[in-house]
Amino acid sequence: MSGHLDGNSLAGPLSGTFRFDPTVAVGLCDTCGDARPLAASPVYGSAMGQIVRCARCDSVLLTHVQTPAGTYLSTQGLTWLRFASEADPRVTS
Amino acid sequence: MARGTVRPLVVENTAAIRGDTVARPVATWLPATITAAVPLTERSRSLRLVVPGWRGNVPGQHVDIRLTAPDGYQAVRSYSLATSGPGEHIELAIDRLPDGEVSPYLVDVAEVGDKVEVRGPLGGWFVWRPGDPRPVQMIAGGSGVVPFVAMIRAREAAPAGNPFRLLYSVRSPAAAMYRDYLEHSPVGTTVNWIYTRNPPPGSSRPAGRLTSIDLDSHVIPVEQDPLTFVCGSTGFAERVSQMLIERGHPASMIRIERYGDSR
Repeated sequence: MSGHLDGNSLAGPLSGTFRFDPTVAVGLCDTCGDARPLAASPVYGSAMGQIVRCARCDSVLLTHVQTPAGTYLSTQGLTWLRFASEADPRVTS
Repeated sequence: MARGTVRPLVVENTAAIRGDTVARPVATWLPATITAAVPLTERSRSLRLVVPGWRGNVPGQHVDIRLTAPDGYQAVRSYSLATSGPGEHIELAIDRLPDGEVSPYLVDVAEVGDKVEVRGPLGGWFVWRPGDPRPVQMIAGGSGVVPFVAMIRAREAAPAGNPFRLLYSVRSPAAAMYRDYLEHSPVGTTVNWIYTRNPPPGSSRPAGRLTSIDLDSHVIPVEQDPLTFVCGSTGFAERVSQMLIERGHPASMIRIERYGDSR
């Protein structure tokens, strides 16, 4: 697999799946307990979708795949994903 | 959740999950028209677009641009915005990648009046919110300067505020995007230059990539609790962030955006 991006690049692809910007959400790695925003996690992309890995232990945290049948969102490597209870930061200041 | 059990959620109707019937979802592709194209360097230029329905953005956000070929083939790439604020006009800056699929078209071919599609504003992490009182240190490698131009312009528009510093690493003066703007001391921001290949005549620092000595000379020290943004290639971003952490900057105060091969 060639170079990876960081989680900032998830904002566009995941914008159709989440109500709020998911890149500022903090995820807890189920494997090693590392907690950080998705924006700061490495992302491996392809034409099918995105794989988010743990920045510390490299476990797969989240998989997002778009198919003609629908969008698959798998959070198998996350214990939880915490969304801040603030206004949608995508909206202009 | 049980280990090894993958139970994907199949999203049949994303609009229903969003519960979003009034506000336009950010995922919408908006038609946009190029209104101006200005060369920045030999291999980059800025594009101004008018995007009807655009709802404004904060400094540091990006957009996805979608191009559609006559045969229906589509390509999507992400580009940082060099502007922020309300209104329907945005500015992107694009660096031509040698083997790029989209960037050569946007830098060399697209003309004023041409149409593209825009999705955004995107990303709430790598942003500076006007009003945030923390000192801001920006460290850019090459085209990584673009989101910082948006932040510096927003800082300039603020009546007073926290100190901004930009450390900009480029091959040569001619390779610096937004060089004229940055050389004329934008209000509120101090700019320091690192030349990796061809420094201007009279430069005291020999050519070479950014080092820990440069960081010690030009970066806001940890004691002032700066928010530090790093933007550049993957190699640049990882090297710089590692040096910052070695100098005691907490990882939580470093925000990184890297440009990968897919751009």
